[in-house]
Amino acid sequence: MLAYVIRRLVVSVVVLFLATILVFLLVAESGNPLALLKANPKIAHSTIVAREKLLHLNDPLWQRYWIWFSHAVHGDFGTTVAGQPVGPQLTSHLLVTLRMVILATLLSIVLAIAVGVYAALRQNKLPDHIATVTNFIFLAAPVFVVGLLLKEFVAIPINQHLNRIVFYTNGEQSPTLSGSFLQRFPDYAAHTVLPTITLILVTYSSWAIYQRASILETLDSDYVRLARAKGISPRRVLIRHVLRNALIPVTTVIALDFAGVLGGAVITEIVFGWQGLGVWFLNGVTTLDINITLAYLLVTAVFVILFNLLADVLYAFLDPRIRYD
Amino acid sequence: MTDTSDLTPRQQRRQMVATTEAGMHTLPSVPPAAGSDDQDQHGLTGEARGQLATVIWRFFHDPQAMVGLVVFVGLAVAAVLTQLFWTYGSTSITDTLNGPPSPAHPFGTNSIGGDMFAQVMRGTLQDIEIALLVALMATVLGTLVGAVAGFYGGRVDSTLMRFVDLILVIPVLVVLIVLANVVAKQTDNWFWLALIIGALSWTYIARLVRADFLTLRERDFVEASRALGASNRRLITRHMLPNALGPIIVNATITVALSISLESTLSFLGLGIQPPNVSLGLLIDQGQDSATTEWWLFVFPVVFLIVLILSVFFIGDGLREALDPKKNRVRA
Amino acid sequence: MADPTLSVDKLKVDFGQGDDAVHAVRGISFTLDPHQVLGIVGESGSGKSVTALAAMGLLPKSAVASGSITYAGKELLGLREKELATIRGVGIAMIFQDPMTSLNPVYTVGWQIAEAIQAHQEVTKSEAMAKAVVLLETVGIPNAADRVGNYPHEFSGGMRQRVVIAIAMANNPSVILADEPTTALDVTVQAQVLSSLKTALEETGASLLLITHDLGVIAGLADRVLVMYAGRPVEIGTVEQIFYEPAMPYTHGLLGSLPRLDSDGNERLRQIPGSPPSMVGDRQGCPFAIRCPLRADICDREEPELRAVVGPVDPVGADSSADGPGAPADPGPAGADATAPVHLAACHFADQVVRLPVASMFPDTSADHEDVRE
Repeated sequence: MLAYVIRRLVVSVVVLFLATILVFLLVAESGNPLALLKANPKIAHSTIVAREKLLHLNDPLWQRYWIWFSHAVHGDFGTTVAGQPVGPQLTSHLLVTLRMVILATLLSIVLAIAVGVYAALRQNKLPDHIATVTNFIFLAAPVFVVGLLLKEFVAIPINQHLNRIVFYTNGEQSPTLSGSFLQRFPDYAAHTVLPTITLILVTYSSWAIYQRASILETLDSDYVRLARAKGISPRRVLIRHVLRNALIPVTTVIALDFAGVLGGAVITEIVFGWQGLGVWFLNGVTTLDINITLAYLLVTAVFVILFNLLADVLYAFLDPRIRYD
Repeated sequence: MTDTSDLTPRQQRRQMVATTEAGMHTLPSVPPAAGSDDQDQHGLTGEARGQLATVIWRFFHDPQAMVGLVVFVGLAVAAVLTQLFWTYGSTSITDTLNGPPSPAHPFGTNSIGGDMFAQVMRGTLQDIEIALLVALMATVLGTLVGAVAGFYGGRVDSTLMRFVDLILVIPVLVVLIVLANVVAKQTDNWFWLALIIGALSWTYIARLVRADFLTLRERDFVEASRALGASNRRLITRHMLPNALGPIIVNATITVALSISLESTLSFLGLGIQPPNVSLGLLIDQGQDSATTEWWLFVFPVVFLIVLILSVFFIGDGLREALDPKKNRVRA
Repeated sequence: MADPTLSVDKLKVDFGQGDDAVHAVRGISFTLDPHQVLGIVGESGSGKSVTALAAMGLLPKSAVASGSITYAGKELLGLREKELATIRGVGIAMIFQDPMTSLNPVYTVGWQIAEAIQAHQEVTKSEAMAKAVVLLETVGIPNAADRVGNYPHEFSGGMRQRVVIAIAMANNPSVILADEPTTALDVTVQAQVLSSLKTALEETGASLLLITHDLGVIAGLADRVLVMYAGRPVEIGTVEQIFYEPAMPYTHGLLGSLPRLDSDGNERLRQIPGSPPSMVGDRQGCPFAIRCPLRADICDREEPELRAVVGPVDPVGADSSADGPGAPADPGPAGADATAPVHLAACHFADQVVRLPVASMFPDTSADHEDVRE
């Protein structure tokens, strides 16, 4: 088992390394990040030259990559196009994003399982139909649409109606926030509610559909039939035999889908104006800032790799038939 | 006695063979369909073909699927017709600025006097075009890679799958954004967008087909056909592909839906379709600030986008249900 | 103690509704007395499994069952899941066909047996586990104490089926329903599993409803046999009556298609031409008529009822219908035994058929036309 995990890790790291090369080439070849600066007549030529040196823009590609790589393995992600160190920016933005992502993921899991189980047990009856249609709608609506709809047609009308701001639609906290954590908490909460709800709504739906299908398949299985034939209570059959088995595939789907959650978070941040990782990254890409782009790529890819591994380990843990050797 | 006179001698023998077995082990509960043979010696590929009629019947009797089909086709046809016959094009400018819906402009006009109906329809058409192209690319590429990997197995399989893993490690949106940024500067970039999205979407189908082929490879009818001297190419195309076709089709429709979603997200971010071209995502981006004031600039694109994606989902779900062989199985 | 008899009366089971409804079971009645073994024989589609599932309340939701199934005097049809749970496992236990999928893959074998025990007995977890070990030993699993902690996928098919038997006997049920217990297994393993089944019967004293299409299995275990065709019983009798004096042509056909150790090797197997009918929709007349060599007009008009067969020992010849093939009324040995076990058959010509040599009415043609005696 351990050997398998290590092998997978090694392969993933190699793959990640290749991915960084690919992305690096793409961004580096897209153009000159200092083009705007250069076009601005007010910026002194010496400043531009100094910045170019800082960013190693005149070095050959392979050297630039090597510089980045050798620093990155020590945790130094270089500087942004504007000359600021990437590291601190990365950390602060990451914390902001995690706030939303962790909460949304946990709640999505709970909601998905609840809806999936409920719909499956009431198969083809009204609750099932309602759940299925709702699932589909949230699955079909792109993240930004859901966010915008919540923002424009839920938050703003409610705020106007109650004549005070209940739901904040911009930013992750008020600009002049201060005080202890407890004092700041209500502000955080009011800012976090809508984006989190958005992320939850777009995330839970595919998991719920999957969970429902998994339960239906389990309900139909021979071993559930045998469990019923043993005369154990229906409740015990449901929990110990149906749920226990039906939750296995979903757990891995959720773990594997984490990359999707991160992607959804990017869009949600943009819609609600959060200064999170996603906004930071989008800015980095559009300004051709390689260091920001690569840093973001690394962070997200590491998360994805970890969660993929987690999915495999979890699966082996839950299903005794799976043993990696 | 069963009347066997209308069956060919070969079929009669098959009938007799089936009933000779001691007791009643494998007697079918309905007589074997006469005339289910083709050039293949043992009618072993009859399986996929006979099912086609059932699948089609089931699909057309599924209300949800039919709604999806009608809506999707309706939208596509309406979009095309609008291009040809509607008074205004997507780039026309009129004098009415920010006008609410009216008989002349059913969806209102925007801040520079453009007719929203034309814009929304053009956007819909654009989204459909891109999505279909993406699905085509992704399906062909994915099936090819998956079939080769699953059929040959071994080293071929591992190499190909490592390549797939490479693509899957990075969150799709990240690569998409990076790549889209590269082509964002060009005005007529819809083809490139389709290419990029397609390049990232084929992996799911590849995995699916690979898994299917890996199991199909072990099935008896493949061995039997191989023993009869069927070539690899024949095996893949005539025997294994028809059986894997179901999930491929379902996945292709899901790809269509997802690519509409992805492209509209990109356009919303400013990295997708650029003005003066139109896409629903772009329209939503442009209209978001007026959502509560000039609501028609926001609501119509949103509704059309959601309905479009939903309709494709319904089609895909309907196909999946129609292809499901396990419905109401009863063993007596 | 109430009489633990399982009694089925005019059971009908349909799947679906309207014109497309599948009439899986079209009226079956029988009684399973304590300590008896009743074998139900029939091919796929005859409705035998459905009957057992109906008794346990395990039919799928699309099934509609009517008629009556009583156990120890209590009506089982229509009971809710909770009430059924008090009878399942302890009153009536069931063994299913496919051992590879019958056991839950994520729990150990011991856990699953213990669960069955704890559902009906007031014992602690460790007591239940100890009993599980004993049960495993009883059904013939070697190294039971070690293997009780193994998962199902660590057992072979035959072993898994024996675990299922252990579960079935865990609470000393009065009735065991075995639905094709050996069908999915190799012939070599079948004998072991059947022997475990016999042990289970001896230990629990239960009666057994053995559903199978394998006449060899029936011969070894059953006291009485019920032959099903197209959703209805077509012959019921003791195992001797069925094997030596079959009174329905279908039964003849089944027997005739069995290879026999005591044949001279030159005899052909006799087969029943055609295939079983579709169970959709209604039909007229005997469902077997189309394949029956003795088919006559009345067979197409009227579906024969199950009636007592007047056997060869009976001195009074049966009345034959006007237009059927008659066999001469044979005086035979005197004295009909009034307490002889009941032999019923659903054939208009049962009383003649019972006198015919087994399977003689079926042609001995075969797929190839070469003479076997070369």
